[in-house]
Amino acid sequence: MEVTLSPLSPSQSKTFFNSLLDLKEGERLRACLQCGTCSGVCPFGYIMKFPPGKIIGALRAEIFDYVLKTDTVWMCISCNACTAFCPSNIPITEALMTRTKEELLLAGNVPTELQSALENTQRYGNPLGESPRKRADWTAGIQPEVNILGKTRQPVDVLWYVGDYASYHSRMKSATQALAKVLNALGVKFGILGPEEFSDGDSQRLAGERGLFEMMAQKNGQAFRKYKFNEIITTDPHAYNALKNGYPALGVEYPVKHYTQFLVERLEQLKPMLQKEVKAKVAFHDPCYLGRVNGIFDQPRGLLTAIPGVELVEMSHQRLNSLCCGGGGGGMWLDGFQWEKAHTRVSEWRVREAVTAGADILAVACPYEPPRFEDAAKNVPNAGALKVREIAELLAESMSL
Amino acid sequence: MKIAVPVKFVPDLVEELSIDASGAALDTAWLRLIINEFDDHAVEQAVILKERGGGEVAVLSAEADGVDDFLFTAAAKGADKLVKLTGDFSTVNNHALGKAFAETIKTIQPDLVLTGVQAHNDLDGSLGPLLAEYLGMPFVGYVSGVTVDGDKVIVRKEYSGGLVAEVEVKLPAVLGIQASETPPRYVAYSKIRQVMGTAKIDEQAAEGLDAASGVTVSRMFQPESAERAAMLEGSPEDVSDKLIGIFKEAGAL
Repeated sequence: MEVTLSPLSPSQSKTFFNSLLDLKEGERLRACLQCGTCSGVCPFGYIMKFPPGKIIGALRAEIFDYVLKTDTVWMCISCNACTAFCPSNIPITEALMTRTKEELLLAGNVPTELQSALENTQRYGNPLGESPRKRADWTAGIQPEVNILGKTRQPVDVLWYVGDYASYHSRMKSATQALAKVLNALGVKFGILGPEEFSDGDSQRLAGERGLFEMMAQKNGQAFRKYKFNEIITTDPHAYNALKNGYPALGVEYPVKHYTQFLVERLEQLKPMLQKEVKAKVAFHDPCYLGRVNGIFDQPRGLLTAIPGVELVEMSHQRLNSLCCGGGGGGMWLDGFQWEKAHTRVSEWRVREAVTAGADILAVACPYEPPRFEDAAKNVPNAGALKVREIAELLAESMSL
Repeated sequence: MKIAVPVKFVPDLVEELSIDASGAALDTAWLRLIINEFDDHAVEQAVILKERGGGEVAVLSAEADGVDDFLFTAAAKGADKLVKLTGDFSTVNNHALGKAFAETIKTIQPDLVLTGVQAHNDLDGSLGPLLAEYLGMPFVGYVSGVTVDGDKVIVRKEYSGGLVAEVEVKLPAVLGIQASETPPRYVAYSKIRQVMGTAKIDEQAAEGLDAASGVTVSRMFQPESAERAAMLEGSPEDVSDKLIGIFKEAGAL
C-alpha cells in the first residue's frame, strides 16, 4: 500500500531543521546520505516509526509534524551508536534525537514514568525522589570517615562527584562503599558534597529536559565553587560526560576523570595490594558514555587484568560497538513504556552475550548497570550463575577490603 | 467560565517527620512542604476545563516555602491568575484556612471552585465542604470527571466498591477532586522559567486568621508498637498446625 503524507505545517519542519543547523556540527545534517546505518545500528530502530534516518527524511519532506505525533522517539536510549557509525559524521544523538525529544516534551508528549523522574529531579535534585539530606547516608560505617566537605570544610586533592544511583540505589551502595575503601587504601585525600550534590542532569538532558540540566549544572557549580580541590572524579559515566562536555559551556569547568581513569594512573601503587585471587572469566561491558562517547576503553580493562585470577573475555559487541544497557537518555525511567512497545529488554540481550562469551562475571563501570543486568540475568536462560560486579567491587575484593 | 482552585501545601513524606516539644504538632525545623497531590489534580482538571470550553483559572495558595514555584508552574500549565495569601499560617487549621480562602474567592466570583478532595494533614475535616459552607455553595466530593453543561455541571463521583455516579450540580459549586481526567501534565523547566519572567503573583493579606477555630490537637505521636504479635517458629508443618490451633481457639475455625 502506498502511503502519502502531506505536510500539515511545513514551517514547523523548517524551523526545527534550522535549529539543528545552529548546533555543534549541525550543518552535517545536510550531508545525510539516507543510507540507513543509524536506523540499522540502533537497538530499537526496528520498532521506531521514525528512526533517525527517517526523521531526517521527514524533515526534508517537511512532514516533521508527523514525527511529533508518534511516541516511538522515546525508544531512543541515547546510546550514541547511530552517531558512532554515521558515515557523514552527523551528531545524531546530541542534535537530532535530543532536540526531537525536547520538542516532544514541550508539546507535552511525555510518558508518565519519565515525567515523575523529571519532576523528582526538579524537586529533590535526584530522579529517584529521595531526600537530598540522605545523599551521603551510604558513607555510614566507612573508616576512615568519608570527608563531607560541607561539614569539614577541609581542602582536598580530589572531589568525588558520587552521582544519583551510586548515592541512593540499594544495589549500588555496596559498589560506592567499595570505591571509598579503595580510595582510602590508596591514601587519596578526597571529599564528597553529600547533601549539596545535585543530579548531574545529563540523562535528563538527553531525555529532552535541557532546562533542568542547566538548573542542575548551576546548582552543582555553586557547590563546587565553595570548596578547594584540584580535580573531580566520578563514579558515573553520565556525570563524567556532563562535567567534561556539558558543564564548561555553562561556566562550570574543572578537570574531571572517571574513577577507572584515576585508578589506572595509580596502578603501580594499586598492584601490590591486589593480593586475593578472583578466579573468573570476566566480560567487561563498555558503558556508552565512558566508551563510545568519551573513548575510555582500555582503562577499565587495565584495572580488571591487574586483578590476579581474572581472565578477560570479550562479548560480541564491545568497545565502539558496545551494546547499551538500556538505561541512557531517559531509558532508566522508561522501562514500562519500552517493555510495552518492544516486549524485550536490551539488558537481556547483553546478558545473553555475556553467557555466550562464557563469562562468570559481567563487570561494569556505570551505576545504571548492576541493577539492570542483575534483573536481566533473572530472565535469561543459563544466566543464573552470572554475577554482575562493579569494577570497584572486584578491586575491593582482591584487596580484601 | 471562571474557575478558582484553592490549594494546600502539606508536609513532604520523603523527609522523616518528627513531633515538636509541645507534643501536639509536627516539628517544623526540618519540615519540607509539597503541594497536596489531590490539589495538583484539581489544577489539572481546571486547565482541562479551560482548554475544552474556555474561561479563566485562578490558583490560590497560602504562603509557604515553594509556593511561588508551584504557582509559576500552574501558570505554565495554563492558569491565568495566581494568588498568594500572606499571613501567619503556621498554626492554622482547615476551618481558618477555608475562611481565609472564602474571603478571596468571593472577590473572584467563580462559577466553579475545584480543590483536592482531601489532604494527608486534614485534622479538622477536608477543605472542600468547609469552603462550600463559607461560600454558601453546594459541594460534591470524590470527583474524577467534570462536564460543563450551561449553568450546571455533570460530575463523575466515585464511591467505594468501584461504583461511579453521575451527579448534576447547579453552579456555582465546590467540587472535591479525587483525580483529574488525565494525569497532571509535565511542563518543561524552560517554560516555567519563561513564565517566572512574565507572570505576576498577586499577594493578598489574609483577613482574620483564627487559629483557635475548629478542633484542638491534644497529642500527636508516632505509631506506637504494641506487643500483641506472636512469632510462630518451626517447620512449615509445625507452623501450620500451630496456626490451625490458634484459629480454633479464636473461634475462626
